[in-house]
Amino acid sequence: MTELAALEERRVQVATAPVVIEARGVHKTFRIPQHRVDSLKERATHPFARQEYRELQALRDISFDVHKGEFFGIVGRNGSGKSTLLKILSSIYRADAGRVRMAGRLAPFIELGVGFNPELTSRENVVLNGVLMGLSQREARRRLDAVLEFAGLEEFADLKLKNYSSGMMVRLAFAVMVEADADIMLIDEVLAVGDASFAQKCMDVFREKRRAGKTLVLVTHDMATVQGFCDRAMMIHDGELQYIGDPEEAALRYYRINFAEADGADAGPQPGGVPDVNARLVDAWLENEAGERVDNIEQGEPIGFNVVVEARQELVNPVFAFHFLNADGVQVFGLNRGLEGTDRVPARERVRVSGRIENPLLPGRYFVNCWISRNRAQGDLALHVMRLLDFVVYGTRPGPGSVSVESDVTAVVEKRDDR
Amino acid sequence: MSDGAFELRDVGGPSALGGGWRRSFELLYLIAVTEFKRTYFGTALGYLWSVCRPLLLFGVLLAVFTQAFHLGSNVPHYPELLLFNIVLFTFFQEATGSAVSSIVSQEAIVRKTQFPRLVIPLAVVLTAMFNLVLNLLVVFVFLLSFGVDPMWTWLLLPVVILLLFVITTAVSMIVSSLYPRFRDVGIIWTVMATALFYATPVLYPIEQVSAPLRHVIAFNPLAPLFELARKWVVDPNAPGPASDIAGGPVRLAAAMVIYATICVLAVWIFNREAPRIAEEL
Repeated sequence: MTELAALEERRVQVATAPVVIEARGVHKTFRIPQHRVDSLKERATHPFARQEYRELQALRDISFDVHKGEFFGIVGRNGSGKSTLLKILSSIYRADAGRVRMAGRLAPFIELGVGFNPELTSRENVVLNGVLMGLSQREARRRLDAVLEFAGLEEFADLKLKNYSSGMMVRLAFAVMVEADADIMLIDEVLAVGDASFAQKCMDVFREKRRAGKTLVLVTHDMATVQGFCDRAMMIHDGELQYIGDPEEAALRYYRINFAEADGADAGPQPGGVPDVNARLVDAWLENEAGERVDNIEQGEPIGFNVVVEARQELVNPVFAFHFLNADGVQVFGLNRGLEGTDRVPARERVRVSGRIENPLLPGRYFVNCWISRNRAQGDLALHVMRLLDFVVYGTRPGPGSVSVESDVTAVVEKRDDR
Repeated sequence: MSDGAFELRDVGGPSALGGGWRRSFELLYLIAVTEFKRTYFGTALGYLWSVCRPLLLFGVLLAVFTQAFHLGSNVPHYPELLLFNIVLFTFFQEATGSAVSSIVSQEAIVRKTQFPRLVIPLAVVLTAMFNLVLNLLVVFVFLLSFGVDPMWTWLLLPVVILLLFVITTAVSMIVSSLYPRFRDVGIIWTVMATALFYATPVLYPIEQVSAPLRHVIAFNPLAPLFELARKWVVDPNAPGPASDIAGGPVRLAAAMVIYATICVLAVWIFNREAPRIAEEL
């Protein structure tokens, strides 16, 4: 069975498991005082001055189910309400309206941590948090060593937490949550911190918990994790549920909304300073292997490349050049094409540049800039479009650089004859 | 895993109580113990301070009131009474005083975990309670060695302690839950606790106060507790809380109503504030 088929089968299996988290019509509004009244004096001196509040609708009518054993991702931009939702699920905030029901013991991991008290030693903190996560005190003490070992902090067991580095603190917090062995784990952005080996450790834990049939709700900005680990995902934008279902689709929508906002005014193709009197861009798009128009391409999937240009004046011996750039503006590769079969495009005729491009690109964001020159010999520019295309390659196998290449490079121990 | 573990239960957000008794008790114990350790961490005498502090205060007050004001000259067992009262009042003051900022100082666990919020102020009161019990042992050694005869009414002392514990918890609940929203509760309470110290028969026996002032004191819900304690433990001939000297049954009833009102108010305020405390921090 292929990896993909196995994943598919698992998703079907999980979807029929009993519901362990049920949210119905959850609303949450924060009232943010325009002018914070922190003292009774202000209340007393202006007893009738109405406190002015700005209402911030953090969550609007959120409903969803999470099934037992499911890995459920919550994605969204900063301030979209996803952390608030997690706090409501963890019973730290109370929803203004709606109902949340949950089955099983819960271990939350909020704001990069658990309830650590910096004045206590890590030993005391671990036991306290074990109990907070529903273990008995005896059980919490029994697991103390396992927690410290997982975090790799055995020597620092009696050090007060205020003397820990932030990395040590996160490791300890994660270890506490993992060893609490809860049925449901609610995790907020654990992968954003820590070094590569810690991230790897988190991944290993997730895999293990997954095999053990634990339920996990993960808030993250890392789409590779969502796509690689989650059975389903949900996208929240401005407190509203925008999409729930396929993690790939959720990730894609996240990218779309993120890049659309990040670009702001300069989104879309930009004329590159050459007046389009000679040629005009009609359309440019990417296709996936099924021939559907897409905004983003999966890692390894060939890119269906399509550009349609209309000649306003006759184009003689034109060259169509496309440069693929990564997010840093570094050129990754390019294409140069002359006309097939003829050497001129009459006015008002259209040219279609299309075909299939192998996709060695690593996950990330890419742009295509376009140059069309009128006459190959003179290099006379007819059309220049910056950001003709703007797309994201998504996938779970990131790496150094911008491309992955085929190779048969291996490392073996050399045989020596002088033995 | 039994099916029962996977029954959907409502998640109602944080509350004053709720979330399993066993867990609440264990949390209470853990927080009380760590609070206790933290209070005395880094002090040379460590725990001894909790006994020394009331004793030192007692020494100062005894010197001032017997030598400078000759207050206790005609009060039977005045020094013993003074020490006993100071120990009782120290409990109230210590508990409510540290309760004020207790929820704020436990910010990390309040903001990141779910647990019955009542645990925090209760843990503070219990820590103070632990000190009280140890201090009372010192008091009784003192009483016996200074010639107070043991009485069967000593056995009634737990009733007074319980009543004191309840009102202390109630006040702690009020100040701890309001403090995150109104930081001036801290200052107000420092002043009020000092005022209460003088409005409660700690330094003086009630019969030595002149009439109009005595009737004001009678409304203080702490006053009858101290009068009871005195009658039962130090001096059986002292006027009880229902006696006319102490204000009479009517004023005692008023004090009881105030006592009950504070308790009801505490539950109401705490229940109202508990769900939103994490948002105010």
